[in-house]
Amino acid sequence: MATATVAHHDTPVQDQHDHEHHDNFITKYIFTQDHKMIGKQFLVTGIFWAIIGGFLSTLFRLQLGFPDMNMEFLRPLLGGWIDEAGKLDPTFYLALVTMHGTIMVFFVLTAGLSGTFSNFLIPLQIGARDMASGFMNMLSYWFFFLSGVIMFISLFLKTGPAGGGWVVYPPLSALEQAIPGSGMGMTLWLIAMTCFIASSLLGGINYITTVINLRTKGMSFSRLPLTIWAFFLTAVIGLLSFPVLFAAALLLVFDRSFGTSFYLSDIYVAGEALPNTGGSPVLYQHLFWFLGHPEVYIVLLPALGITSEVIATNSRKPIFGYKAMVISMLGITILSFIVWAHHMFVSGMNPFLGSIFMFLTLIIAVPSAVKVFNYLTTLWRGNLIFTPAMLFSIGLVSFFISGGLTGIFLGNSAIDIQLHDTYFVVAHFHLVMGSASFFGLMAGVYHWFPKMFGRMMDAKLGYIHFWFTFVGVYMIFFPMHYIGIAGFPRRYYSWTNFEFADKYTDLNMFVSVAAIITFAAQFLFLFNFFYSMYRGRKASLNPWNSNTLEWTTPLHPGHGNWPGEIPTVYRWPYDYSKPGAAEDFIPQTVPLSQTPESNLPHEQELVQMELDIMKDEADLVANGPKH
Amino acid sequence: MYAFLIGVGVLLLLSLVWMVFRIQTLVSVVKGSDKKIETTSNKVNAFLFIVFMVGTGILMFWYSIKEFDNYQMPVASEHGVITDELFWITMAVTGVVFLITHILLFVFPYMYQYKENRKATFFPENHKLEIVWTVLPGVVLAGLVISGWMAWSDITAPAPEKAHVVEIMGYQFAWEVRYPGKDNVLGDYDYRLINASNAHGIDFTDKNSTDDFPSPKVVIPKGEPVLFKIRARDVLHSVFAPHMRLKMDAVPGMPTRFWFVPTKTTEEMRAELKNPEFNYEIACTEICGRGHFSMRKVIEVVEPAAYQKWVAEQKSFIQQNPAIAEGVRPESKELAGIQLDNSNK
Repeated sequence: MATATVAHHDTPVQDQHDHEHHDNFITKYIFTQDHKMIGKQFLVTGIFWAIIGGFLSTLFRLQLGFPDMNMEFLRPLLGGWIDEAGKLDPTFYLALVTMHGTIMVFFVLTAGLSGTFSNFLIPLQIGARDMASGFMNMLSYWFFFLSGVIMFISLFLKTGPAGGGWVVYPPLSALEQAIPGSGMGMTLWLIAMTCFIASSLLGGINYITTVINLRTKGMSFSRLPLTIWAFFLTAVIGLLSFPVLFAAALLLVFDRSFGTSFYLSDIYVAGEALPNTGGSPVLYQHLFWFLGHPEVYIVLLPALGITSEVIATNSRKPIFGYKAMVISMLGITILSFIVWAHHMFVSGMNPFLGSIFMFLTLIIAVPSAVKVFNYLTTLWRGNLIFTPAMLFSIGLVSFFISGGLTGIFLGNSAIDIQLHDTYFVVAHFHLVMGSASFFGLMAGVYHWFPKMFGRMMDAKLGYIHFWFTFVGVYMIFFPMHYIGIAGFPRRYYSWTNFEFADKYTDLNMFVSVAAIITFAAQFLFLFNFFYSMYRGRKASLNPWNSNTLEWTTPLHPGHGNWPGEIPTVYRWPYDYSKPGAAEDFIPQTVPLSQTPESNLPHEQELVQMELDIMKDEADLVANGPKH
Repeated sequence: MYAFLIGVGVLLLLSLVWMVFRIQTLVSVVKGSDKKIETTSNKVNAFLFIVFMVGTGILMFWYSIKEFDNYQMPVASEHGVITDELFWITMAVTGVVFLITHILLFVFPYMYQYKENRKATFFPENHKLEIVWTVLPGVVLAGLVISGWMAWSDITAPAPEKAHVVEIMGYQFAWEVRYPGKDNVLGDYDYRLINASNAHGIDFTDKNSTDDFPSPKVVIPKGEPVLFKIRARDVLHSVFAPHMRLKMDAVPGMPTRFWFVPTKTTEEMRAELKNPEFNYEIACTEICGRGHFSMRKVIEVVEPAAYQKWVAEQKSFIQQNPAIAEGVRPESKELAGIQLDNSNK
């Protein structure tokens, strides 16, 4: 461990920030370059999209749970998508499913989660004034916003938004004749995603640069909170995989608009043979899943990082196996790029490739298992405080286990033959990726709300919100395993056409009711969030008695975060309940030399070195820089 | 009027909730309970984890046992028996892990809930433990993967020579079935030849196509290998025969295949399930548009002798509609003509 090595002796920068520049409304709240405000912008936009995405799911759950229902009452909202008989239009059903997926995966769990917390926490936790480039950071948000506007407009098109599933496989997504959503709706989808990719890349470059270059004195990589490790690796994954989605989308644009045949071949549709030959729809699937699978970890890793931090803090215990956690995340990062074709076992690709990807896929289960065991051991013999954030983190671990284990079925190509594209898959990814990441997001909001707004959220409402959501999510997605084992295919408007699937109407109704209740329970959170923002109780500086740097800032940190010099870091962030220490936490800013009573033997050896460096520092400040 | 009354009711309810919320906030301010950590809430939350574990645990076991025959679909192919076995082995292994980890996850919060006078154990790492639980899942997973890989290799191996060929073509929104006829070789096709009377785009100049015949359902013999040659005409589809544990995408421009051995005739399955209406079915599992949920095709599994008889009775495309052979080369027509004669005898 490179303890107490002072990486750089930059001249004190505090005078840049002593004169408070008076921002007007526009530069403070809209075109802001302050990472904290940008984080909040991502959060609020993410919440907006979560409501839309969740609402769309209640619409199609109504169809699935109550297939005979008269949906006339939705006509004011959906207009012509409700037919004369009061039934939901099957094409619009597909559009609902598609937009739910797109919105949740990209806008809520990528931008809303990673965008919010990477922006908000990276500078605060590594001890930086702001992101490496505040301007790029601002651009990142506004590209995301633009992307959202375009996607939102597509919801109101006469031909409907994109309707080929969130994976938008061609030829369906390329041919307007095949489904109306592949016309203007798909064009807007592609434009929106292009903006989104630009946003992700701008953000990702910034996160990576900031973590590498702007860590404060003493903040070595081995002292980074696990949140930062997670955000850092997430950004690396995004930077390497999003461009591939861009390539896939670009080729799709060519096929749709310029007559190329990258993905199209031998097609006879709407009474006409198309001229395209030689393309391969499987090529698109390879390109898409080269992003698509890492994307799973893009949404999951930040949630796991947040959980690590929240569980350690509220267990009053160091996270168990810090190094193993980092190595697991590194392993997941690397492996996430070489497992993509497990989404394609029955796509018609060479079965030999299937074998290879099955082996690689099941390897990725090992680091995931290690993480779960480490969480459990962290809870073991802790002193657990159940803040809402802690509850959501425990819930996340539960979903991560439940959904992760079903991944072992699906990653096994022989078993996947039957389960592929059934509700088993829906159950699997909604638990492990959707709900787990959503709980990570919630844990993060409850935990860092006091830092964001200087006020506390109401804990009791938080508890109620948690228990409704936790039970609700299991009631929605656990029954889907049974439906999936029974062979019910995904993206079906109704199952009554098939004898094998003409059952479980009761279970589907149960799932739909659970989904609607769970969605309604989220309004508790919304109320709590916006109410507490203005009327919540004033937070103390370090409400959770946490070790990390963000809690050393003022209650309402200005642009620049620390009024004086940035604090120096002397230890890792998980010194909770250290034997010998008076308090059950020792912040990262407390030098080892001040805590001889609690230092471990190897830390005691470093005390002298630390003192030497502090003396050098003091000399430097006293005599000024040498040049 | 009702809407107004409901509106008023909702308003009253909301204001009630609001009052409760305010009162509880004020009470907690007065009591100063926000400064305390070992609160009633903390105990309640810890206890609720136990309640949740027991409650959902009972629900899960009860439903899984009660509904077993409903969600466990009968299997009717040789490889299906193997993949089902793998499925249940995996279920056993993951089930044990699921239970153990969840018991720990929910019992720990109860056992180690906050106590003023206790200090958490400083336990940052233990290499022995970490190595054990890295290696252990590795070994178990290796076992699962290798058994899965062996099954997968067998399933995806080339079909036996003598396999009965059936072509299944997906289009919006149905399946077309074509049999190769006596020669067991399907004739060439070209999507540019598709028209109202030639839905498959069969090239009738290829003499292999002269004895090809269509069928409104998939008829296959029990106990003999069957090879599905799968293709799509417009967008992606996926052939899913749940009882056969069979699934393979239909890709425009790239024919795919899946071979299997059915083990029970439709009649046998009807007797076994005591359901005289039972049919094996094919569904589509790749989103393909508006009618995705309605692409049904029936599979009928019959005894091999009955299958041979059925094949002999079928009329080829050309026999059904001699007009489609117009414009093809004379020798092919002749060949088809000979066949026409033969079948008429």
